[in-house]
Amino acid sequence: MLRLEVRPQPSKGWGYASPLLALAITVVIGVILFAVLGKDPVRGLQVFFWEPIKSTYALSELMVKATPLLIIALGLAVCFRSNVWNIGAEGQYILGAIFAAGVALTADKTTGPWIVPAVLAAGVIGGMLWAGLVALLRDRFNANEILVSLMLVYVAIQVLNFLVYGPWKDPLGYNFPQTKTFESVTQIPKLIQGSRVNIGLLLALAGVAAVWVFLFRTYAGYAQLVGGLAPAAARYAGFSSRKALWTALLVSGGTAGLAGALEVAGPIGQLTPYVPAGYGFAAIIVAFVGRLHPVGIVFSAILMSMFYIGGELAQSRLGLPKSITGVFQGLLLFALLACDTLIAYRLVWKK
Amino acid sequence: MESIALLFAASLNAGTVLAIASLGLLINEKAGIVNLGAEGMMLCAALAGFATVVHTGSTALGFVAGMGAGALLAAIFGGLVIWLNTNQYATGLALSLFGAGFSAFAGSRYVQEKLPEQSQYAIPFLSDIPLLGSALFRHHPMVYACVALVFGLIWFLYRTRAGLVLRSVGESPESAHALGYPVRRIRLMAVMAGGALCGLAGAYVSTVYTPLWVEGMIAGKGWIALALTTFATWRPARVLLGAYLFGGVTMLQFHLQGIGVNVPSQFLTMMPYLATIVVLVLISRNPTWIRINMPTSIGKPFYPGA
Repeated sequence: MLRLEVRPQPSKGWGYASPLLALAITVVIGVILFAVLGKDPVRGLQVFFWEPIKSTYALSELMVKATPLLIIALGLAVCFRSNVWNIGAEGQYILGAIFAAGVALTADKTTGPWIVPAVLAAGVIGGMLWAGLVALLRDRFNANEILVSLMLVYVAIQVLNFLVYGPWKDPLGYNFPQTKTFESVTQIPKLIQGSRVNIGLLLALAGVAAVWVFLFRTYAGYAQLVGGLAPAAARYAGFSSRKALWTALLVSGGTAGLAGALEVAGPIGQLTPYVPAGYGFAAIIVAFVGRLHPVGIVFSAILMSMFYIGGELAQSRLGLPKSITGVFQGLLLFALLACDTLIAYRLVWKK
Repeated sequence: MESIALLFAASLNAGTVLAIASLGLLINEKAGIVNLGAEGMMLCAALAGFATVVHTGSTALGFVAGMGAGALLAAIFGGLVIWLNTNQYATGLALSLFGAGFSAFAGSRYVQEKLPEQSQYAIPFLSDIPLLGSALFRHHPMVYACVALVFGLIWFLYRTRAGLVLRSVGESPESAHALGYPVRRIRLMAVMAGGALCGLAGAYVSTVYTPLWVEGMIAGKGWIALALTTFATWRPARVLLGAYLFGGVTMLQFHLQGIGVNVPSQFLTMMPYLATIVVLVLISRNPTWIRINMPTSIGKPFYPGA
């Protein structure tokens, strides 16, 4: 019988190989799925892995989708590394979008370009506020952060709905539940003319460097990891696990909020009930598949963005529901968790 | 008065869904495993139940299909967590994300379909009592079965040898292992039983509670059920009480709208989620309440011979 045996020390090689093996397993299951549905598997693979990268336009769209995933996942990586289970990034993203929209809606013809940083800052504050609530309830009352942050997602959706169906509804919008289109001065500056890629991508890449430095090169980042992983050891060393909790949640809430602001004042350009696109949940997978490492997250964000675009293409080209994206996302995370076993254990044949 | 009786009846109905799922999760957690995949299992089971009823016309078969779907997904989760020692939180989360995606994908062709409303079962004589009759004794059989389930579970957990073994596996897997009990197999059975009950609750939602299929129709009920096990400090009778209470909060929103309370509907829809947070805060405030009753090894992996 095959048995698992504890390795004397975790395998470094499998740390890198496991996400690749997980991707391979997901692809194999995908091929089987296509075959079962009577679609050409080769065509299916093309739609997911070739079409999103085959032209500069396709690549730019890939970047547009990868940007929010990357930004949110960076924050979540800090959070999960500190053993704080913030599952409600989707809610923090929505609040960021709402706060950003609030500032963007105050703009008129005379507003200067200073409005863009104000919109982004408002988004960060919105996300931090929503995550700060989780931190407060956890810190003061010991309430489970998984459940609280998740419940706040549902609350955030209702707040958004209230605003777009109520006070913020565009009076000239033919009764559609949406705000008026933001003034063009609030638009996040584009990086490349003719594409939708904006400075959010640069912010995301700066974030990668910042999170890397914070986690691996600063005393505060080290205290953060210890505070989360071993509260007792942290106390002994004089690190505060309460501080780790607050830092983790405020950082991840702020990044999620920033992503929300970048989306509404960037590609979307107004507040609608369709702002929540599941990026907050997908980013959880991005963070794990990227090994909670800022550089790894760059690759997994691109991969996840391919899944998003592939799902949309599968709908138009293959007549499959768009939700196939969610199936592959879930499968990938499952496969990764299973493959990660090989980091700490080795398979041996024993009678 | 009659409308209060109806609110009460609706609360029992809504509470039943939460109670069944939550009791399932309680069995899990008594064995030391937390399954954050409840939402995903309930979604897939809701779809499996709905599709079965569409094709066979039998609600009973729908329930069986829902339980099967729940148990199957729970078995995958259990295999990963119990045999491969994956992180319980991350794996449960993966199950929820997968379940949401898979049910939306596989269910897209059922979105337009509808099932006939189920007629309620009126208990003879009792249901004729004014007010009390329509509040308590005109329900789908599942509402009564749920109460029976609570008593059955209390008896099983605290009065039978198997229940004692299950609890010991959750409290101290090392000692249970030393006594010769197959800890991992028992845990897997508990996880699958929990999945089957979550599945039953999910199928009830899509075939009886609101007889239709919509993407994401469980709308957080799985997560609320998880919160309820904490709220009940892992005691079956309190799960039932909490579930009815939450059913009441859920139903109050429609009731308030019905009597014309002038609050935007979105704020009413928020109420069950806000109530969950408030209740979690109230119960978690006192750490001893939680610590006394929480299964000691909850969330921790067990690897025999390590």
